[in-house]
Amino acid sequence: MSSTHEKLAQSLKLTLDEDQLTNCMRCGFCQTACPTFLETGLEAASPRGRIALMKAVVDGLMEPDESFRSQMDLCLGCRACEPACPSDVKYGQLIEQTRAAIAAEKPYSLPVRVVRKTFLQGIFPHRGRLKLIGKTLSFYQKSGLQKFARSSGAMKLFPDHLQQLEKALPPVTGDGLEELWSKAGLPYRRETTDSGSRLMVIPAAGAKVGRVGMFRGCIMDVMFASTNVNTVRLLRQAGFEIVIPEEQVCCGALHAHAGEMGDAKQLAGQNIWAFGEADVDYIASNAGGCGALLKEYDHLMHAEPDERLQQAAIRFADQVKDISELLHSLGRPLTPIQAENPQNEAITVTYQDSCHLRNVMRVQGEPRQLMELLPAVQMCELQGAEVCCGSAGIYNLTQTEMSTTLLDHKMEHVEATGAKVIVTSNPGCLLQMKWGIERAGKQNGVEAVHLVDFLAEQVLIEDKPD
Amino acid sequence: MLESVIREQLAAVVGGKWFKDDPESLVSYSYDATPLYQAMPDGVIFPGSTQEVSDIVKICSKHRIPVITRGAGSNLCGGTIPLQGGLIVVMTRMNKLLEIDADNLTATFQTGLNTKQFHLAVEQTGLFYPPDPSSMIICTMGGNIALGAGGLRGLKYGTTKDYVLGLEAVLPDGSILRTGGKLVKDAAGYDLTRLLVGSGGTLAILTEATVKLIPKPSYRKAMVAVYDDLNAAARTVSNIIANHIFPCTLEFMDQPTLQVVEEFAKIGLPVHAKAMLAIEQDGNVDDVERDLKKLEEICLASGAVQLNIAKTPEEGAKVMEARRSALAALSRLRPTTILEDATVPRSKIADMVLEVQRIAQKYDVQICTFGHAGDGNLHPTAMTDARDPEEIHRVEQAFAEIFEVAIAMGGTITGEHGVGIVKAPYLEWKVGQAGIKMMKSIKDAIDPHQIMNPGKLFAETRKRIVFQERTEQAERTERDSASDQDQKIETS
Repeated sequence: MSSTHEKLAQSLKLTLDEDQLTNCMRCGFCQTACPTFLETGLEAASPRGRIALMKAVVDGLMEPDESFRSQMDLCLGCRACEPACPSDVKYGQLIEQTRAAIAAEKPYSLPVRVVRKTFLQGIFPHRGRLKLIGKTLSFYQKSGLQKFARSSGAMKLFPDHLQQLEKALPPVTGDGLEELWSKAGLPYRRETTDSGSRLMVIPAAGAKVGRVGMFRGCIMDVMFASTNVNTVRLLRQAGFEIVIPEEQVCCGALHAHAGEMGDAKQLAGQNIWAFGEADVDYIASNAGGCGALLKEYDHLMHAEPDERLQQAAIRFADQVKDISELLHSLGRPLTPIQAENPQNEAITVTYQDSCHLRNVMRVQGEPRQLMELLPAVQMCELQGAEVCCGSAGIYNLTQTEMSTTLLDHKMEHVEATGAKVIVTSNPGCLLQMKWGIERAGKQNGVEAVHLVDFLAEQVLIEDKPD
Repeated sequence: MLESVIREQLAAVVGGKWFKDDPESLVSYSYDATPLYQAMPDGVIFPGSTQEVSDIVKICSKHRIPVITRGAGSNLCGGTIPLQGGLIVVMTRMNKLLEIDADNLTATFQTGLNTKQFHLAVEQTGLFYPPDPSSMIICTMGGNIALGAGGLRGLKYGTTKDYVLGLEAVLPDGSILRTGGKLVKDAAGYDLTRLLVGSGGTLAILTEATVKLIPKPSYRKAMVAVYDDLNAAARTVSNIIANHIFPCTLEFMDQPTLQVVEEFAKIGLPVHAKAMLAIEQDGNVDDVERDLKKLEEICLASGAVQLNIAKTPEEGAKVMEARRSALAALSRLRPTTILEDATVPRSKIADMVLEVQRIAQKYDVQICTFGHAGDGNLHPTAMTDARDPEEIHRVEQAFAEIFEVAIAMGGTITGEHGVGIVKAPYLEWKVGQAGIKMMKSIKDAIDPHQIMNPGKLFAETRKRIVFQERTEQAERTERDSASDQDQKIETS
């Protein structure tokens, strides 16, 4: 065995949870839920197969060679296998442990290392730098540079999928939630807690039914700041007072999925502290990917030596709710805008699940039910809505072939619904759907929107105070 | 590792993409759903047609390479473990549904077809294929046929073997055999179709099959009966049969099973009860309602303490879905779950469940029992830990005794899982020396070089266990024969 393989094997022996490996009884029920198995038909590309490979390395049956590593990389981490597993094997933890061991033992190639370091450590955790990128993107889009880049053929220098992704990017303002809110002259106040942390507090519209901490996210607040604004508008309307702790940071999901557990824990600790200070009933997430990790902070921090931190993490995880849960079940019901002309045909809408929202947060009914309540909307269920769209963090950049295969199949199913709008619950899925629409050449007939933005157009919202 | 010339020949048959022998592929086809067994193959191949299968087998036959056919690898008898290495032939690329013939009420398909997909396609046409193994979401029709799979509807409708009308198969010399056809009646010589059903890949590779379909029942309704006494549940089963009612499903769960399944499915199962029967009837509305009423009376008269009749089809489906997940849900209790398949005449259900509980206690192992009470097919399931060899040894002893008891009651060592590796040591207990001899002569005649799934079906027969404690059954028999003798003495 070569020395890197040997080191990695040793490290996997130490890090992989032996109980979880043993708990997999190999019944195979996970397989028909797994997108990469459905595409390849190969046992190794299924959850049961990947667990068997991990166990084989731990048992010394095989070495963790390149093919092992690429098989682990091919997993989308969508975790559709977990609800399908009657034995309750924590596959997500196993794949994260494996990737963490790979990341620690075998350095990535220089360009990959640079990209990882730039994004994971240099950008996502730093709000100021993200904003700067936002401003730059905004400049790029507004100044005519984007047009120039497209018309001059400069974009042709990039690979096809990057060209298509670039076209799918939404317009960016460079302002985050707080700036947009205050610039719009909407009501809020500033509070400072006893220990000095700063909060932006937005009052409920009408009687207050609860106090919600708003998790604004990092990329969400740059690329989709208007979605964050709509989230707050909807929450207010549902009777929630919204608290935005200024000291909150990136959730750490991208770090955790990339195997950088130390960074993920550090970010989690900061968020747990910031929202603990804010004294809220719930913590609102509007991105399935972030929400899933927030919901698993208790697991992330379970081995921390500080017991108070562990307890705080459990409380935090318990408070995290997806925006659809808050609007559907915990707040005042929203009032749909009646269609002006009842003769108008209802708009056909379909819904693509966010894997992490569905499989980790276990939220699948609420987004659909919220839309079914709208009289002007005809919901049409998407065949395979529960199958990952291929976005999966940066999977569409690192595993472009599998990602586009999944996406193209997805678009065939969208076509079958006849939907004009694809509603999603996560920024990654949203971008992927936009990319899919580009790939399918359907820019003029179909659009992809976030559930929050869709609802904000379809229900009554009183933004100003009563 | 196969010689490079053989690898090239095999790759040439299927195309390079569909032959694999890298470590990852070998490991990932070294197991199936059977706990404790694993062995590495030398190669894995994915044929796309019967002709390719034939060409593959010819190469293997020439070079005496073991051939192990496999579908989804969901079997529980070690049937697809490559005990002696060799080539794994994965049939899942050959998954086409070739025809649903509504005039003849048959369906023809390639054997790699997924069972659930097949069910959905058939039911869309208003027809029905009853055999429904619990693993149908992943298993293949070929696997079902090769191992004689059963399922929850065996009592009323029978199992896979009752539905297969014809087969296409590749024999160990590479020749292609066709048996039967779209015929209900066929008396032409030996019944080769039946011979291949349940042969577990030891005689041929099944590539195509024609099965019988029936009209889809228009209505179904489920109910649950709860018991605080195990015997009352078993008595109910006997009383239902005695009253000549054949529910399509009559499932039994003991208390430990109930608790674990409820934890998984959260559908409000009675976790404090000692046993539960899940009963379903299908047919036309009037018949189903009438049967349900009668079933209700029988359950109450036999000692049920609670009855729940599903108000909606969805509610009924939920109960059955929960029952389907029993095996895997049980695995939440301990790391390793060993599910067995002892089957007795249905009048002996109560005796068998009690015997299983006695044996579990005797060997100090945890065994839950659930299963298809209506057809006597029980699944005593041991919760254990593969990392504890001493405990595993006790589990093995317990199961050996369970099989012994089942046979003593006129039962068998497997009702629906097949023999594979796991039951091979007990096969002779069931079929006797003459049975083994005949089976071996068939095997030797068809597969003289022993390349088809070697190590399965036949193994060194275990010694029968001498009962350390006498069972009630044995005592009763002794008592009866003693009193017989007394009578004889009196009459003489």
